[in-house]
Amino acid sequence: MGETEEVKLLGVWYSPYAIRPKIALRLKSVDYDYFEEDLFGSKSELLLKSNPVHKKVPVLIHNNKPILESLNIVEYIDERWNTSGPSILPSHPHDRAQARFWSAFVDDKWFPALKAAAITKSEEAKEKGMKEVEGGLLQLEEAFVSISKGKPFFGGEAIGFMDICLGSFVGILKAREKLKGEKLLDETKVPSLCKWADQFLSDDTVKNVVPEIDKVAEFLGELEVRAQLISDFKNLRSTFKSNGRVM
Amino acid sequence: MVTGDVKLIGSWASVFVMRARIALNLKSISYEFLQETFGSKSELLLKSNPVHKKMPVLIHADKPVCESNIIVQYIDEAWSSYGTSILPSLPYDRAIARFWAAYIDDKWFIALRSILTAQGEEEKKEAIAEVEERTEHLEKAFIECSNGKPFFNGDHIGFLDIALGSFLGWWRVVELDANHKLLDETKTPSLFKWAERFCNDPAVKPLMPDTANLAEFARKLFPKPQP
Repeated sequence: MGETEEVKLLGVWYSPYAIRPKIALRLKSVDYDYFEEDLFGSKSELLLKSNPVHKKVPVLIHNNKPILESLNIVEYIDERWNTSGPSILPSHPHDRAQARFWSAFVDDKWFPALKAAAITKSEEAKEKGMKEVEGGLLQLEEAFVSISKGKPFFGGEAIGFMDICLGSFVGILKAREKLKGEKLLDETKVPSLCKWADQFLSDDTVKNVVPEIDKVAEFLGELEVRAQLISDFKNLRSTFKSNGRVM
Repeated sequence: MVTGDVKLIGSWASVFVMRARIALNLKSISYEFLQETFGSKSELLLKSNPVHKKMPVLIHADKPVCESNIIVQYIDEAWSSYGTSILPSLPYDRAIARFWAAYIDDKWFIALRSILTAQGEEEKKEAIAEVEERTEHLEKAFIECSNGKPFFNGDHIGFLDIALGSFLGWWRVVELDANHKLLDETKTPSLFKWAERFCNDPAVKPLMPDTANLAEFARKLFPKPQP
């Protein structure tokens, strides 16, 4: 290309969204500098400057221009480095529409349902939420079978857009299995997705990018403790207030 | 180039359906418009969009495409040699357009809708303040994206113009309901002028619903609680 390419990626090791651009950059063999943000501490100047609207990671900064939102970043990488590596999005317009549809389903419906079920204190809401998550996985199983047509990935022979989107959550699913014994990737219910998940994790572009399951399980456990502490503190404070004492 | 019959399942009042129709107009594609009946969903809709059961659904050569922004991108790609480009040509500009389109749906529209569903004056005031703040973000986005040209996309209407502009009918209805200017010439002058240009574009003009009709429809959709 001739010009010097400066590629920076701001992320956090535990975020599935931050994993996505890493995989995409790997697929395109693009070198980049990675900056780990501390979202529990304070956000870096660079993050606040590059993403003033949402102040979130991941952020890709290419030659000083920020690109935001994980799937947006993946599409950008695919288009910008279109002569390098495999195509991330399919080539046919209808297949592209399908990839975008299912990734929107994962991000706007499926994962939010899992997050809500994980956080809620209500047993009823948790049960209902998990049913929605399981139902979603069945739909994704069907979609995978129809789209992959016997090949290992949604993208065919190589990892593609939908693989990156859903695959970025496989670590969390396996971590939850370790932490809670919850088997969402159940071979009896979603056999093709289970095979796909293992194939995804062992792919060269993914292997050293997705964090170790044990580390994720430990982190999720810590998050839960933290959330419980915050909730306990809030309860304690409102008890004191209602008893006439102010903390 | 795949040509074949084109159908669109939708409703005259839906913002999201309008996006698809504007895109089809920009590409001069003839299509059959299948108007859904308010309060019920047709067999074809349920069959074509079993996951969400929502409109719009574009059916092209018997294959369904769902979700308004996905449909608009599909139309741009499937008929890439027709009419003007809907998405910008440079990867960076495309990324910016997609970012703001997501912001419009995930943040701005939610705030706009919460004015209509607000319970009581306090909640309504908060919702209005939120819409005003987010509209100011969009004013800045317009100035950045348009680069002095008439539309977000430059000389011609494009993806981001369609994403936001399709809301203009409802924007006016919510203004009337709130009794408060939500597209203010003094606060967001660039957007204000852009709105007029957008509504007058030949691809948009025949589709923009009449404000009075839409307001009546809004009363059905968001009935006010009886005192």
